Amino acid sequence: MTTRMMGAKVQRVEDDRLVRGTGRYVDDVAPDALHAAVLRSPHAHARIVSIDVDAVLDVEGVHAVWTHEDLEGAMADPLPLLIPHPTLTHGRTQYALAKDEVNYVGEAIAFVVADDRYVAEDALARIVVEYELLPAVVGIEAARSGANLVHDDVPGNVAARMEQSNGDAAAAIAAAPHTLSLDLHIERSACMPMEGRGTVARWDPDQGRLQVWTSTQTSTGVRAAVAAKLGLDLGQVDVITPDVGGGFGVKIVHPWPEELLVPLAAQRLGTAVKFTEDRREHFISSAHERAQVHHVEVGFDDEGRVLGLDVRFWHDHGAYTPYGLIVPIITSTQLLGPYKPGAYHVQFDSLYTNTVIVTPYRGAGRPQGCFVMERTMDAIAAELGLDRADVRAANFIQPDEFPYDQGLIFQDGRELKYDSGDYPAMLDKIKELVDWDGFESFRAEKAAEGKRVGLGLACYVEGTGVGPYEGAHVHIETSGKVKVATGLTSQGQGHQTAFAQIVADELGVRFEDVEITTGDTRRMPYAVGTFASRAAVMSGSAIHLAAKRAKEKALRIAADALEADVDDLEIVDGVVSVKGTDSSIPLGTVAVLSNPLRYAFDEASKAATQFNVGDPTKPPVAEDDEPGLEGKDFYSPPRSTFASGMHAVIVETDVETAEIRILKYAVVHDCGHLINPMIVEGQIHGGVAQGVGGALYERMAYDESGQLLNASFMDFLMPYVTEVPTSIEIDHLETPSPLNPLGIKGAGEAGVIPGSAAFAAAIEDAERLPITAMPISPSELFALRQAHAQEPK
Amino acid sequence: MSTEQTHEIRLNVNGVEHQAAVPARRLLSDALRHDLGLTGTHVGCEHGVCGACTVLVDGQPMRSCLMFAVSAAGHEITTVEGLSRPDGELGPVQQAFRECHGLQCGFCTPGFLTTITAGIAENPDPTEDEARDMVAGNLCRCTGYQNIVKAVCRAAELARSDEDGAA
Amino acid sequence: MKPAPFDYVRPGTLEEALQALAGHPEAKVLAGGQSLVPLLSMRLAAPAVLVDINDLPGLDHVRVSADGVRVGALARHAAVLRDPDVARVQPLVPLALANVAHATIRNRGTTVGSLVHADAAAEMPMVLRLLDGSLDVVGPGGRRTIPVAELYVGPLESSLHHDEIAVEAFFPALAPHTGVAFEEIARRHGDYAMCGVAAVVTVEGDRVVKASAGYLSVSDIPTVVDLTEALDGSISDASLAAAAEAALEQLDPETDIHATADYRAHLARVLTARVVTAAYENAREEKA
Repeated sequence: MTTRMMGAKVQRVEDDRLVRGTGRYVDDVAPDALHAAVLRSPHAHARIVSIDVDAVLDVEGVHAVWTHEDLEGAMADPLPLLIPHPTLTHGRTQYALAKDEVNYVGEAIAFVVADDRYVAEDALARIVVEYELLPAVVGIEAARSGANLVHDDVPGNVAARMEQSNGDAAAAIAAAPHTLSLDLHIERSACMPMEGRGTVARWDPDQGRLQVWTSTQTSTGVRAAVAAKLGLDLGQVDVITPDVGGGFGVKIVHPWPEELLVPLAAQRLGTAVKFTEDRREHFISSAHERAQVHHVEVGFDDEGRVLGLDVRFWHDHGAYTPYGLIVPIITSTQLLGPYKPGAYHVQFDSLYTNTVIVTPYRGAGRPQGCFVMERTMDAIAAELGLDRADVRAANFIQPDEFPYDQGLIFQDGRELKYDSGDYPAMLDKIKELVDWDGFESFRAEKAAEGKRVGLGLACYVEGTGVGPYEGAHVHIETSGKVKVATGLTSQGQGHQTAFAQIVADELGVRFEDVEITTGDTRRMPYAVGTFASRAAVMSGSAIHLAAKRAKEKALRIAADALEADVDDLEIVDGVVSVKGTDSSIPLGTVAVLSNPLRYAFDEASKAATQFNVGDPTKPPVAEDDEPGLEGKDFYSPPRSTFASGMHAVIVETDVETAEIRILKYAVVHDCGHLINPMIVEGQIHGGVAQGVGGALYERMAYDESGQLLNASFMDFLMPYVTEVPTSIEIDHLETPSPLNPLGIKGAGEAGVIPGSAAFAAAIEDAERLPITAMPISPSELFALRQAHAQEPK
Repeated sequence: MSTEQTHEIRLNVNGVEHQAAVPARRLLSDALRHDLGLTGTHVGCEHGVCGACTVLVDGQPMRSCLMFAVSAAGHEITTVEGLSRPDGELGPVQQAFRECHGLQCGFCTPGFLTTITAGIAENPDPTEDEARDMVAGNLCRCTGYQNIVKAVCRAAELARSDEDGAA
Repeated sequence: MKPAPFDYVRPGTLEEALQALAGHPEAKVLAGGQSLVPLLSMRLAAPAVLVDINDLPGLDHVRVSADGVRVGALARHAAVLRDPDVARVQPLVPLALANVAHATIRNRGTTVGSLVHADAAAEMPMVLRLLDGSLDVVGPGGRRTIPVAELYVGPLESSLHHDEIAVEAFFPALAPHTGVAFEEIARRHGDYAMCGVAAVVTVEGDRVVKASAGYLSVSDIPTVVDLTEALDGSISDASLAAAAEAALEQLDPETDIHATADYRAHLARVLTARVVTAAYENAREEKA
């Protein structure tokens, strides 16, 4: 009997090649390619007076140097605005190469193709650009003041203003027995995958075909954009996603200028061309996220129940809005977490600044929303002198209230309706895991040693698996091997393993016989992409459905061959047999039979030739059938499925130096049924580490002129092993999603969401002073202590 | 602009002698990847902080992005491609990473594998703290390091049982 | 991030190396390269010539004698750190070295290279200054010894002439009845410190007769402060506070993206007390 793979800690099939150094990342393909480099703006805001590339023409080994003037047709137009939300009244996108004006340090101005990257960079150094400097708008305050404008035709720097409500929040707050207001800040960070962006393209003049390898989270998105911009038929463009060295959101944005310029160069030069982004470029030209300023008004009763909640916030969108309003919309909706405020009103302004664009980074607006809501919960508890967990419990949606409609519209334009969850049970688990009730005695023990410790808790709900759809194609080959393709891409999530587990279970084949291909438009041209913790939910479900179809067909053919009833058949380890008998047929043979042949090419295929198969009085392929043992299906859910979780952290804040040490980190997580708990826990670990980074270390330090002061791993402080918790205690809750056949919910982003909220709570608890801005450094904590000490009591 | 002068160098990588003609400024990381086609060594920052490009130079972990290929000539270089067993099976550190789920996207992994290979050669039975210390100079954005630390201890265990087997 | 082109020479003798330097005013010496190569890759430096001294014979020594530790220009940080005799003769050297970047960088980077780089945020220039060591350099005029008091002349600037090569550093041995200690606080483990302090304290009985401390990242050149007078012979909360204030008078912490000047000053105070106390305890144990 085949053991069930779903839910098993199966080792990853990806790892063999990756640990041997034989993975293929984008910079590893096409060793013969020419190399591109991009001249980037050194100024945050300037008009381009002139660009002189004459000196480059002398550089030996340079094959092309382009500015905007060299682009034609659609390539000369602005890059697409990918998600044109109706409230994005003033959406703006950059050009592939800047036309007349630059709006952030790092914006692409000129493109060079040379023998190698060294020569390409030599060439860049010889391009002379004359700029007329314009005042830079840096930071939310400067953007809000509107004194200077990023785009002349966008008044007040407001790209969009959006408002949603459920009930009359203002009236509810006015009538509430208690009210509070809070101002809460989150700074910029970034995805910062270890591999930057990269694109390779090869033009085949014989076939008139373009092949593009790109380090992306959406191969179909890039394909459509490249075809549209280069004026090619979709059928002329293949986009292949090789191994990707991490994404975390930044690689869902497309097309990046280089994703168009490289294919164009390949086509124009008739040779393979490669762009490999370096780390400095990644800091100044790939997307950032997180910076928002929030103002909260809340009214609540004596038990801490929120009667009315009004949130106004300002989102720093950077210089352009190619990815629309996804991040602030998510903040504005997912802020509610597991709670049900009596009435809610939210309004945000999305503001332009002369900085790198802002698009989703793992969590995508949720860390900010969670920070706002959880800080509010803590403030309510402090105001009423109640236990912080009790206040949360008083506000929870109850298990019998699902599906629960929050009365808002989510990022996908669908209702914000939670499908399932059990928040009270989860709270019990996290309290137990972190020993919530024993903390005061721990605090006393530490205080006796002269140490200061604090405990923080943060809860979140995450809409995962957004649509519109994903698809899958399952092909059982005559060898009995199963080849599966799904269109979304992988950046280290172990899809090849998790999806193979699903197929093995559904088809009854050996796990080892399943091979998964992701992100290759030749194999599955219909797909959306990997973001919003959607891969397992969307492609996992599609693969399950497609495998089911292939299985149905296999059983039908096998039933014929075995002269048995379909209902009496089972498939175990790739062999179809009549239950309780030794009558059986291997799936490979079923595959042979599924494809009526005129020509035999080996022993096995003889069995499928027209003299051996089928009823000679009927067409070899029935009218409603097709040859081959394949299954194809798509999964398109009505709305997102809502995962949830709670984190608790205990910190020590050094009494003398204000250093912040993590003593304990605990996670309870509910992503429905687990496909592979090992992979899910790995995702949580990684998310927690990014949460630590966002809470205690990482920020984008822009100066007033819009220069990014810490554009290196020296100064952008991503955690090493020495900065993360030495252990992360994890407990799972499994409330299956009713929306998909496997009962799963997304798990990718969860780990990062409550980081800043939990740390802020723990530090506040240790220090007894309000923490309203994250990240926080020892230097900032020291400054808070100083300021607090001087405040009149 | 005149053609840049190249230097004929011999690089001993994973026990194999390679010849290449490289400009003096060619970083060792680029020479390995682009001149020798050994693309297992990855480049994550090119300023020596992330550790993805770490290779062993005469057995010691070093950043290949902070060395020029010309300077590496005459030294024995070991890259991730050289960490498997002679029979092609995974070496102990590679195997431990797979067993412990010590990698996700795999981009930083080669630098961890080389670093740990040298680390457990020097300290065959590291405590968890020592394991942490061993990888303290390598950045990973995916794993949160939890399983990497486990993999260090597991790798040491596998390597020790190799030694026992050989003895 | 690729270096601009340069000419490369890899001399086999010191004489050839000196000639190469003398012939090219734009030449730079390449030893470990752990600070230099990033600057080249970011094109923040673009020397016309790199003189790679890694083949020079007889410069990779770590020689320990009763009077101190002599470190050759090609001795890697790791080799110095590993040498048990160094710890015996001058324990401050390994205490500080363990905080120099990460182990992998220490495998290639050289201690002398770090000294010449003259970074006031780097451990070893401060340690050489605190121990009152010296640097031997060879130039067209022959070999000379630069006392550390004359070595650091400005931010990232040493008194080494362009045509000279540093060949050996000398860290004097720990004096009798003397203890040392070192502590730094960095944002992340292995980063440049926001503040770091090393102390050398000499006692007679329980009395402090000599004390000085060196400071990281709170001045623009490696800075050492004599704390003897401020301590006034004893270790107490009051004398330590006085010592820290005396130190701060000579320090000039600055605000950057990682820490404010106030915080760095605060750390200088905290660390001065901690490190002087630890050095004092070590000195008393030394006596016993």
